[in-house]
Amino acid sequence: MLQVSIYRYNPETDAEPYMQDVQVDTGGKDLMVLDVMEMIKAQDTTVVYRRSCREGVCGSDGVNMNGVNGLACVTALSKVVKNNKLVLRPLPGLPVIRDLVVDMSLFYAQYEKVQPYLQNDTPAPAIERLQSPEEREKLDGLYECILCACCSTSCPSFWWNPDRFIGPAGLLQSYRFLADSRDTATEARLAKLDDPFSVFRCHGIQNCVNVCPKGLNPTRAIGHIRNMLLTRAT
Amino acid sequence: MVTAVTSLGRSGLYDWLMQRVTAVILLAYFLFIGAVVISGPGYAEWSALFSQTWVRVFSMLALLSLGAHAWVGLWAVFTDYFTERMMGSAGNVIRLVAQFVTGIIMFTYTVWGIQILWGL
Repeated sequence: MLQVSIYRYNPETDAEPYMQDVQVDTGGKDLMVLDVMEMIKAQDTTVVYRRSCREGVCGSDGVNMNGVNGLACVTALSKVVKNNKLVLRPLPGLPVIRDLVVDMSLFYAQYEKVQPYLQNDTPAPAIERLQSPEEREKLDGLYECILCACCSTSCPSFWWNPDRFIGPAGLLQSYRFLADSRDTATEARLAKLDDPFSVFRCHGIQNCVNVCPKGLNPTRAIGHIRNMLLTRAT
Repeated sequence: MVTAVTSLGRSGLYDWLMQRVTAVILLAYFLFIGAVVISGPGYAEWSALFSQTWVRVFSMLALLSLGAHAWVGLWAVFTDYFTERMMGSAGNVIRLVAQFVTGIIMFTYTVWGIQILWGL
């Protein structure tokens, strides 16, 4: 029997959050953490969490498993369980709505700040804006982000200043458009980033790189933004 | 764009660059002083070393670098932990007091350092 300790909080009935101990019979199989969460929900239907595609594409079930953020649906028990014990908590640093569900408003507000859409003020061509294969290659490792928030909620700088530091997820998307050969708003985008918080709160500890379920590298993207700011200003 | 009037240069890039440049200067200075200390100088050797203008200039440069480096670093620490978000409106007061005290200490060390180095 797997010993699971799960974070419970229902603001309508609980004065404060508590940890609930649950035993789950995994039948000795190396299940995904989401499977275990479903088994817990079968035992106690009041447990609440987000989930959708169950295959690491939608980014809904980002949770903290034994202290490490990740997507419950693509994280095998063998990767996180130690001494037959699994501790499930909501993503750290964001307000909890209920149980494992967090309020992502701050995260989305930072995403919105980087204007994550293509901006081009030149007349639109008849068919499409073309890119060479080399130009397109620059977007690899940037466009794949599914906004699960595992990275930003593992970043201490984002915990302390979620209203001012854009965070790894937002900055990865910022660079995705800075690096896009079809985007003409580079100067305006960079001008908005040259303050002591938006980009420069990153101290390069790479928690984001460590937890990204898609294997992306926000720290490298942040380094590229820094270099662009440096080139622009010197 | 987030505004921040208490950072060293108001610009994230400026502070970041300043911190890196001063770090290199401090590394060079501490390697230099470390090498001198290991060679076990007496009073006469220390005195002769610091009577040379280039050593005084280098020391002054290191002292100013330390001040700038400490301001950027402590500013980041203060704006992480002493904030309205973490401790309510008291956070802003505590942070400004902490920054003021840091500024006074840095200023005092700088003036005192000038006095020691140039024997005014």
